[in-house]
Amino acid sequence: MAEERAAPPVPEIRTVGVDGMLVSFGSRLSEPANRAALAFRAALAEASWDGVEEVSTSLVSAYVRFDLRHLDHAALRARLEALLAQRDWYAAALPGQRRLWRIPAVFGTDLAPQLPQAAEAAGMTEAEAVASLSAARVRVQTIGFAPGQPYLGELPEAWDIPRQSQLTTRIPEGALAVAIRQLVLFSVATPTGWMHAGQTAVRLFRPDAEEPFLLRPGDEVQFTPVTPEELQGLRRDPLGGAKAEELS
Amino acid sequence: MTGSLTILRAGPGMTVQDLGRPGWLEYGVSRGGAADRLALAEGAALLGQVADLAAVEMAGLGGEFQADSDLRIALTGAPMRASIDGTAVAWNASHLLPAGARLTIGAAQSGSYGYLHVGGGFQTPEHLGARSAHLAAGIGAALAEGDVLVTGPDSGRGTGLGLTPENRFEGGTVRVVASLQTALFPQAELERFEGTVFRRGARGNRMGVPLESDGEGFRPDGARTVVSEVIVPGDIQVTGDGTPYVLLSECQTTGGYPRIGTVVPCDLPLLAQAAAGAELHFRFIPLEEAVGLERAEAERCEGLRSRCYPLIRDPRSMTNLLSYQLISGVIAGEEDVL
Repeated sequence: MAEERAAPPVPEIRTVGVDGMLVSFGSRLSEPANRAALAFRAALAEASWDGVEEVSTSLVSAYVRFDLRHLDHAALRARLEALLAQRDWYAAALPGQRRLWRIPAVFGTDLAPQLPQAAEAAGMTEAEAVASLSAARVRVQTIGFAPGQPYLGELPEAWDIPRQSQLTTRIPEGALAVAIRQLVLFSVATPTGWMHAGQTAVRLFRPDAEEPFLLRPGDEVQFTPVTPEELQGLRRDPLGGAKAEELS
Repeated sequence: MTGSLTILRAGPGMTVQDLGRPGWLEYGVSRGGAADRLALAEGAALLGQVADLAAVEMAGLGGEFQADSDLRIALTGAPMRASIDGTAVAWNASHLLPAGARLTIGAAQSGSYGYLHVGGGFQTPEHLGARSAHLAAGIGAALAEGDVLVTGPDSGRGTGLGLTPENRFEGGTVRVVASLQTALFPQAELERFEGTVFRRGARGNRMGVPLESDGEGFRPDGARTVVSEVIVPGDIQVTGDGTPYVLLSECQTTGGYPRIGTVVPCDLPLLAQAAAGAELHFRFIPLEEAVGLERAEAERCEGLRSRCYPLIRDPRSMTNLLSYQLISGVIAGEEDVL
């Protein structure tokens, strides 16, 4: 596709509410835009400008919230533009200290009842869908919506399936759901439009633990198929059998 | 010296709240904190202390509390009927709650969230740097009968002050600014949004409140493919059926539904406090005007203390009238009135 090889879009600076600004590196998810957002956020944190209260990333952008009594929009915009001009953010490397997580998951069964529906939408048999989803090594593109909850991508093209128009009333904690070439591993029970294709026993957020959040942006994840009985055994482990190895 | 307060009875949705925990957006945790942040500033002014101390937030219904030591308290937010050992006490005011005395707080008479503050604040455990419960995130828990809340050292003095609150308990006009996805809505839809009389839906909570109206839902142009983006409190998300939903302090941190605009932070208490069924109107204002409003509001909050006045008590409700020094019915501000 010719558009895919075209030069990356120019970063865009917009306001968020009254006291926020957003630097977007694309209007849709792409690998370079995601890398740019992560790297730009790291640079913002390092710069720690007076008046900046908080920085974060979403899939393709970096967000800055600031104190209106110490900074104004024009001054912040000028600083953001100067920082943007310093380098080609789309060519940035991934963050350091990344890990590869292998997380046991049950695909299908009554623990993950929407596997058949998701497989059909992707044009696969259920067996093909499980093989495809468990072979994919996906990356934490951002953490958001709920505490410690990763958006994982990017899956093969066949998984470019839409979210459901009807919401599922409740998806349980640890659910693995699929749509738009991404997986979301849910950290809390919530309603969702994503399709519930797998179930894990991992706890992504433990507020009382020394390290409350399991995953970091940039980490890679691969889901290993297990049986419902095996998953039941893993529920005693707060990590749900998840194992990490350092990536250089 | 620290003290404590025992909860004898708790309405549902009663939690400890402070200004919330900024800095964890990166990990999917929204700031949270009091649904009505202005109420925290008012409580701090009434007790003469800093505004970042934790208070008890009561969602529509109060409870019954017993002081285990002499405590200075203040009551703010949605007005609720309150009494100490059976004697009615004023809302939007500070009082002495003597050791052993019982404080009874009833249902909200208007608005949604009432607040009980104590001198020194509540010193419940911190999670990620704040004491706020964030139930949506699984941090902390609702308060229940039998809970004992330890209070911090109270370096302040005096009670018996009142403060006239901004009336934010009956709905009204809310100012909004254009934000990330406002331009996805056709101009005619934005005008219709401004012209619509909304009612605050009944399903609202600390995460957000739905806006009901009699007309059609609001439709963006082809926005099904919006990439998930950062969400801030005050964002007005338009869900699939076209119903606007205003996000409050416990909102999610990212989302893919388009947002028609963002409520100016100083108007957010009005939205959080609007009771179910209250009428709400929305008006877009330029960003520059909103910045001016925010700066003025920050100054006003800092000056709240100078707006406190000594409470005037009704002599008919005072059983120990002769023990007071009365000058034209006014109690000297330094004295405790109970």
